[in-house]
Amino acid sequence: MLGWRIARHGLALVAIVLLGGLLSATLVRLAPGFDVDEEQLDPHLSAESVRALRETRQQERNVFSYWLHSMQRAVKGDLGTSLSLGQPVTTLLRDRAPLTLKLVSMGLLFSWAVAMAMALSAAWLRASAYDALTTCLSGTFLCIPAAVLALLSVLWNVPGSLAIGLIVFPRVYRYARNLLAKAYSLPHIITARAKGLGELRILFWHVVPVTGAQLLAVAGVSVSMAVGAAIPVEALCGLPGVGQLAWQAALSRDLPLLMNITILVTLVTLLANSAADVFGHMLRGQDA
Amino acid sequence: MKPESIGALITGRRLACALLLLVVSVSLAANWLAPGGYARQYREAAGAPPSAAHWLGTDDIGRDRFARVLYGTRISLLLAPAAALLSTLMAALVGGLAGYMGGLWARLAMAATDLFLSLPWLFLLITVRAVMPLNVSPMASVLVTFSMLGLLGWTSAARVLCARTRSLRDADFVCQARASGIRGMRLFWIHVMPNLKPALYAQFWISIPVFILSEANLGILGLGVAEPMPSWGSLLKELEGLTSIGEEPWKFVPLILLVVVVTLFQFALSKQEEVAA
Repeated sequence: MLGWRIARHGLALVAIVLLGGLLSATLVRLAPGFDVDEEQLDPHLSAESVRALRETRQQERNVFSYWLHSMQRAVKGDLGTSLSLGQPVTTLLRDRAPLTLKLVSMGLLFSWAVAMAMALSAAWLRASAYDALTTCLSGTFLCIPAAVLALLSVLWNVPGSLAIGLIVFPRVYRYARNLLAKAYSLPHIITARAKGLGELRILFWHVVPVTGAQLLAVAGVSVSMAVGAAIPVEALCGLPGVGQLAWQAALSRDLPLLMNITILVTLVTLLANSAADVFGHMLRGQDA
Repeated sequence: MKPESIGALITGRRLACALLLLVVSVSLAANWLAPGGYARQYREAAGAPPSAAHWLGTDDIGRDRFARVLYGTRISLLLAPAAALLSTLMAALVGGLAGYMGGLWARLAMAATDLFLSLPWLFLLITVRAVMPLNVSPMASVLVTFSMLGLLGWTSAARVLCARTRSLRDADFVCQARASGIRGMRLFWIHVMPNLKPALYAQFWISIPVFILSEANLGILGLGVAEPMPSWGSLLKELEGLTSIGEEPWKFVPLILLVVVVTLFQFALSKQEEVAA
C-alpha cells in the first residue's frame, strides 16, 4: 500500500515535469517577441550571420520539437543558457540554490516554532483574551504584503530568514490553532484532562496522533509558502538566491531561465507535499 | 454560539461593510477631492512634507501623494473585485462542472488544478507576467495585472466547488429531479448551481483581499501597474528608499490603508460564509 502510494507520487512528479515542460515551452514559444533577437539588429553582423540567427530561431518554431529538444538536453543536465546573464542555467542554479535553501529552511523553522508555541499555548490556556491577542497578531501579519515585510526587514536589519518566517507563520498558526482547538475538544482528551494527566503527556499521547497527519500536510504546504516568500525577500533584501534570480529573469524577460526555475520550484514543492502525504499515511497507519 | 456573540458578529460585519463602503466612496470622489489628478507634478515642491496644499506631501517628482492614494485606492478597490468575479466564475465553471460530471473530466480538471496549485502563487504570477510584454501603456498594465490575477486565481476555489458539487450531485433532491426527467445541463443550472451560491459568494469575498495583496507584491517588485498610474503596489514601492520609520511617517499611509481594508474584508466575511469556503 505504501509502495503504491510512493509510486503514484513518483508518477505524478514525472507527469507534472513533462506537462510543466510542455506548458513552459508553449509559453516561451508564444510569448511576444520570441522570434526577435537583439543580435539581429547589430550592424556589425553580416547578412549571412543574421540569416543563420534567424534559421536557429526557425528551428525552434515548432512547440513540440522545441519541447523535445529542451527535455533531451535537460536529461543530460543541460538546462540551456540564460539570455540576460549569458551563463549556463545549471551553473546559476548551483551557485544560488544553497542560499535559498538556507533561508527557506531557517524561515520554516522559525515560523513553525512561533506558530506552534502560540497555538499550543492558546489551546492550553483556553483564555479567550489570549486567543484573541494571538489571532489579532497573526491576522495583522496576514494583512501585510510579503514584499512590505521584506522591505521592513531591510529597514530594521532583520535577517532574510526571519522575514520569510514572519510571512509564513500566520498561515501555519491559523491551521495549527484550528486543528489543536478541535483536538483538545475531543471527548477522550477532555476526559484525560479531567483525570489530571499532564499537558505534555496529553499532547504526545493523545493530541499528536490525532493531528499529526494533518499537521504534516500543513508542513508540506508551508514549504511552498516559504519558497514563494523567498522572491520578495531575496529581491528586496539583495540576497543572491534563486528567488532573486527568478525576479531578475522576470524583469529582463529571460523566459528560458524563468521557466527552468519555475519547474525546479514546482518539483521541490511537489516533493515536499508528496513526502508529507507519505509520512502522514505512515502515521495514520501506525495509529490504526 | 451565544446569541450575544452572534449579535456582536453581525454588528462587526455591518460596521466593516460600512467602513469599506466609506473607503470606496471616498476613492470614487477622487476627481472632486483631488482635482489636480494623480500625474500632475508640482516641481517647485518635489519631496515636500505634508502641508495644507498637499495633505500627505509630494513624492520625489512632485506628485501629490494624497491624490495618488485616492486614485490608487480606486483602482485597487474596483479592479480586485472584478478579478475576484472572473476567478469565481472560472472556478464555478471548472470546479462545478468537474464535480457534476465526475469521471475522467473531473480527474483531468483536478489534475490541471493540482498543477497550478503545486506552484507557489508569486512564482506563477511573475512567470506569467514576464511572458507578457512589460513595456505596455499604464492602462494596459492595469488590465494585464488584474486579468492575470483573475485568470490564475481560480484553482483553490475550483477544488472547493468541485467537492461541494460532488456532494450535491448525490443529494436527495437532485436524485428526485433526475428521476422526474430533468437531466444534463438543465439539472446543473436549475438544481445544482443555485445551491453553490453560498460557496461562490464566499470564494468571491475571500479572493478580493488575496488579489489586493498580490497586486501590492507585484507592484513593489516592479511587475505590477506601470507608472504614472497609481495602485497600492506602486505607492508602497516608495517605502524602498526609507532609512528609518520616523523619517517620513506619512509614506506609510498607503500601507496602513491597505492593512485596514484587507482586515475589513476579513471581518466582513460571516462565519457561515467562512465555513462554506
